[in-house]
Amino acid sequence: MINLIGVHKSFGPKDVLRGVDLSIPKGESMVIIGGSGTGKSVLLKSVLGLIAPDKGEITVEGLDVTRLRQGSSERDAFLAQFGMLFQGGALFDSLHVWENVAFRLLRGSLKRPKEEARAIAIEKLRRVGLTPDVADLFPAELSGGMQKRVGLARAIAAEPQIIFFDEPTTGLDPIMSGVINDLIREIVVEMGATAMTITHDMTSVRAIADKVAMLHGGKIRWTGPVADMDDSGDPYLTQFITGSAEGPIEAVR
Amino acid sequence: MRFLATIGAAILGMLAAIGRVALFAADTISHILRPPWYPREFVTQIMQIGYFSLPVVGLTTIFTGGALALQIYAGGARFSAEAVVPQIVAIGMVRELGPVLVGLMIAARVTSSIAAEIATMKVTEQIDALVTLSTNPMKYLTLPRVLAATLVMPVLVAVGDIIGIMGGYLVGVNRLGFNAATYLKNTLDFLEPLDIVSSLSKGAVFGFVAALMGCYFGMRSGRGAQGVGAATKGAVVAASVLILAANFILTELFFAA
Ligand SMILES: Nc1ncnc2c1ncn2[C@@H]1O[C@H](COP(=O)(O)OP(=O)(O)OP(=O)(O)O)[C@@H](O)[C@H]1O
Ligand SMILES: [Mg+2]
Repeated sequence: MINLIGVHKSFGPKDVLRGVDLSIPKGESMVIIGGSGTGKSVLLKSVLGLIAPDKGEITVEGLDVTRLRQGSSERDAFLAQFGMLFQGGALFDSLHVWENVAFRLLRGSLKRPKEEARAIAIEKLRRVGLTPDVADLFPAELSGGMQKRVGLARAIAAEPQIIFFDEPTTGLDPIMSGVINDLIREIVVEMGATAMTITHDMTSVRAIADKVAMLHGGKIRWTGPVADMDDSGDPYLTQFITGSAEGPIEAVR
Repeated sequence: MRFLATIGAAILGMLAAIGRVALFAADTISHILRPPWYPREFVTQIMQIGYFSLPVVGLTTIFTGGALALQIYAGGARFSAEAVVPQIVAIGMVRELGPVLVGLMIAARVTSSIAAEIATMKVTEQIDALVTLSTNPMKYLTLPRVLAATLVMPVLVAVGDIIGIMGGYLVGVNRLGFNAATYLKNTLDFLEPLDIVSSLSKGAVFGFVAALMGCYFGMRSGRGAQGVGAATKGAVVAASVLILAANFILTELFFAA
């Protein structure tokens, strides 16, 4: 269970989050939608403790995230239950693809023999639609969409209980998007993981989500089951889903 | 009044920066005692900082040693003291030029690459990714670099001292007509243990400063390519200035009567 109450965050004069309230029950898949620059990535990073909110409370399974001291072993243990796909991939460019995927399995508390870690990495790569021969390349040698999928493989490699995906299908072709959507769904259903996904792709939303939350104006504008999304009666949400230029959301922000 | 306020603000800013660097240094050192450690990173950095710097160290010191011999000979000739070339080259190289030259070359080669690498990692969210993978960037990135530089720099300085003296020797024997055996004997007889201890200690301090500045500026990098550029520039300037300042202080400590 992830709980956010009244979360605020500003960068200088810019108020990005202005009181976000949201809760994600264990084992559910929550999809966050919202305009570009509304603070969706900031929201995910706040839950991970990478960005400290100015105000408000964030708890994961009852544990207050903002209290965890940087570099403490509690924080390491806390983060060990997470997998995160960054919007830009954030692959380590000095390491081979397979070493990126197996990063957690090569050191620290989950360390295991190199051969085993490599085998797991190759299996995870296969699940995101990549062949074993990319394992020995460097991230810079891959296309943007391939890097994204390596990032995804890294996020799921250690079978985390909570998974955050920041735009998992952006930059992928429609077929690959379908594969990734299925994979995310599978992880939630089979592994019972809690997932929080940011996406702009409405097909993904429908394929992945149990629940949807729309971030607008620094707050959660609407949240509810994905089935209720189409007849929410909320003009903001409706405009966003239909992608219409006409509506309450201004095109220039 | 405006003028005074500006000076005051600059001084406060500088004090705050010194405080932040000191905290960063203390934090780095504290990780020596706290596992987990990343020995593979450490070994990689020993190679990167130490082994691959050897050519540049050799080239800078051999030319400087040679030039030093020529100058001392020319200067000494004015009061018939040409014979002191071996002794002064040895002292000059070991006490001052060896450590300072190698330190500045390391600031150019190692500080810049550490700062650019870490800043790029920061900008592309690789540092955030490390944290989410339960890996402390101070342990994984900073400590191996700072420790490797601190341990490997005395070796580089020793190599630089020897090659610098060799440069003086080559010029002395081939151009200035010194007897080879006498040149070496005079050099070895003249150097004291304190000269060598001071040289290697300076090396360790400079290595620490060079790597620490690279990591500090890299970790604090602003966003985008501009942020990386600014971090790299700041790191090299700070490392160079601090190395020269530390050199003065260490010379004062070791040799002031
Ligand atoms: N480290 C930071 N420093 C300053 N401003 C920041 C920082 N991180 C994010 N911002 C600002 O916060 C706002 C929200 O950024 P965020 O990345 O969360 O947007 P987003 O909703 O993920 O957008 P997109 O869909 O385009 O990825 C942006 O205006 C951005 O400029
Ligand atoms: Mg984003």
